Amino acid sequence: MGMKFTFVIEGGNFSKAGTASSEVKKILKQLNVDPKIIKRTVVSLYEAEVNVVAHAFEGNMNVEIFPDKIVVRIEDKGPGIPDIDMAMQIGFSTATPEVREMGFGAGMGLPNIKKNSDRMNISSTINVGTQLEIVNYLK
Amino acid sequence: MEKAHFYHALKVVKEVCIGCTHCMNVCPTSAIRVKNGLAVINKNACVDCGECLNACPVNAIIVEQDDFSQIFSFKQRVALLPTVLLGQFPNDISEKQIYSVIQELGFTHVYEVDETVDILTEATNTYMNKHHQERPFISSFCPAIVRLIQVKFPALVEHIIHLKPVIDISALFYRKKLKDEGFTDDEIGIFYVTPCAAKIAAVKSPVGEDKSFIDGVINMDFIYNKVLLSIKQNKTSGSKYELNKHMSRRSIGWTLTNGEASQYAGRCLAIDEIHNVIEVLEKLENEEITDVDFLELRACDHSCAGGVLTTENRFLAIERLRKRADWYHRNKPIILEEKEVEKYRTYLLGNISIKNIEPRSILSLDTDMMEAMKKMEKINRILKVLPGIDCGACGAPRCQALAEDVVQGKAKMTQCVFLQKMLTKEGLITPQESFDISENTWGVKRFEKKSLNDH
Ligand SMILES: Nc1ncnc2c1ncn2[C@@H]1O[C@H](COP(=O)(O)OP(=O)(O)OP(=O)(O)O)[C@@H](O)[C@H]1O
Ligand code: SF4
Ligand code: SF4
Ligand SMILES: [Mg+2]
Repeated sequence: MGMKFTFVIEGGNFSKAGTASSEVKKILKQLNVDPKIIKRTVVSLYEAEVNVVAHAFEGNMNVEIFPDKIVVRIEDKGPGIPDIDMAMQIGFSTATPEVREMGFGAGMGLPNIKKNSDRMNISSTINVGTQLEIVNYLK
Repeated sequence: MEKAHFYHALKVVKEVCIGCTHCMNVCPTSAIRVKNGLAVINKNACVDCGECLNACPVNAIIVEQDDFSQIFSFKQRVALLPTVLLGQFPNDISEKQIYSVIQELGFTHVYEVDETVDILTEATNTYMNKHHQERPFISSFCPAIVRLIQVKFPALVEHIIHLKPVIDISALFYRKKLKDEGFTDDEIGIFYVTPCAAKIAAVKSPVGEDKSFIDGVINMDFIYNKVLLSIKQNKTSGSKYELNKHMSRRSIGWTLTNGEASQYAGRCLAIDEIHNVIEVLEKLENEEITDVDFLELRACDHSCAGGVLTTENRFLAIERLRKRADWYHRNKPIILEEKEVEKYRTYLLGNISIKNIEPRSILSLDTDMMEAMKKMEKINRILKVLPGIDCGACGAPRCQALAEDVVQGKAKMTQCVFLQKMLTKEGLITPQESFDISENTWGVKRFEKKSLNDH
């Protein structure tokens, strides 16, 4: 048994980046999840959300909450990631100057997600999109 | 969990409250409901910010204060004034007059709270160096913000600087000073003149301390009226500023916006007004804001100049305080009090820490996660039936809040006026039952027969 929630992420709209992760945060607080786990989860979701906004066209955040874990799938339609190992490296970024102008594009997002999640799976198809799965255990 | 009982100075006066929902709709922690035609404040959720008092159209929400005559149960009676008090009075009233009227009220000593600011800035610098892993640091200055973080942002509690605010450092200082002069602890009474309800709550239900260092609180508007009355009756005037004391710019500016943030190195932000603060805390929690060293967060617009017990327009008060700071800065009168504090620096620094600040989330639906999940599912089901227009006619600020109250057993779904109509139409409740429910929410008085022709 688990609870499911879905949030839509708009590509290119930086003013709304963070709304989906904030919604998830609200839910986790209501479920009395340990604040430290909430923090880790929300930080990684925020990074993932911003990646969709910054690098893809549109996406979804699917959240499933089980008694023992939180599973989040972020799927987008977009250019995809040609070399995932490279993208995972600290400091690697293909962000445009405009994106950097907004304070993003340090190449820290994916490494930060890895740091703040218990499990992370990423798969991508060029010119189709990217799927990212983040799992955090509650105990 | 901390003490189950939380003191709040804000009270709804039953005889005056018209149960109009203004306060309910502005409360940042959704602490207010309307029942039987009266606003009711949930003690666990209230953070004493005073938004409700400001919103009330009939002044039904008041700040309860201690009986003034209590000061006379002490031999030594110290009045601690907030610096914003000095900004409340018209320009032609001198500081000497203000001080002497307060003394005439019965105090043996009159001091300004922010005179010990230097001790705190030193301790804060040391603290931030020592606990650098807890960056960003959040000031413990505003009690409403400390409480807000406890109830709504439990993950951020550890970022609050665990040091006494200036008010407690000053209380400690003057108490110790009097003790060194030979008075016993119970002969010394320290009274704080407060610009807000939050400071009263901090004195009556301290966070991170076993007991308060302040013996009582006096509302600032009370002092304001006493001073003005006395001065209007026997007008004497002298020089505007005191010559035998010195207030540093730092002390005078401390309770104004940027008073703290301007004192530390690194990236420091000053944010005032509770909704602005909530926005920033949300971002901080998501780590959308990183690389900040120090956050000065205050519940009131323009910080303490906007406290609920201030009487003067906040912009005028700030202007006066800035002038005052400039005057002392330019004329550098004899630095008396400062030297006095110096003698106690080691003592005060040694007693400046506070204990744990406990998170006490009001957001979780149940301590047991499985139960919480069940409740959340129920809430979502209820929300599908409610109209979603947040009209407040059920006595809760939003449909979401009513749904939560229902699931927590604090309200009935039929309080929703839309559901009542539907249920009546379908014959599931009688018109009388529907009427009774509304009477329970809005009180009998609200339904007394009024004729359109009466005026
Ligand atoms: N959803 C995505 N779609 C397409 N490319 C992506 C996606 N997510 C990440 N990438 C690619 O991986 C790179 C590294 O991502 P990462 O999040 O680590 O850094 P960034 O987004 O460039 O900068 P930062 O997250 O620090 O602001 C990105 O520059 C981008 O090329
Ligand atoms: S003081 Fe603030 S938190 Fe308390 S009931 Fe009033 S508005 Fe709500
Ligand atoms: S900003 Fe100042 S006046 Fe307002 S609640 Fe906080 S401490 Fe009180
Ligand atoms: Mg990124």
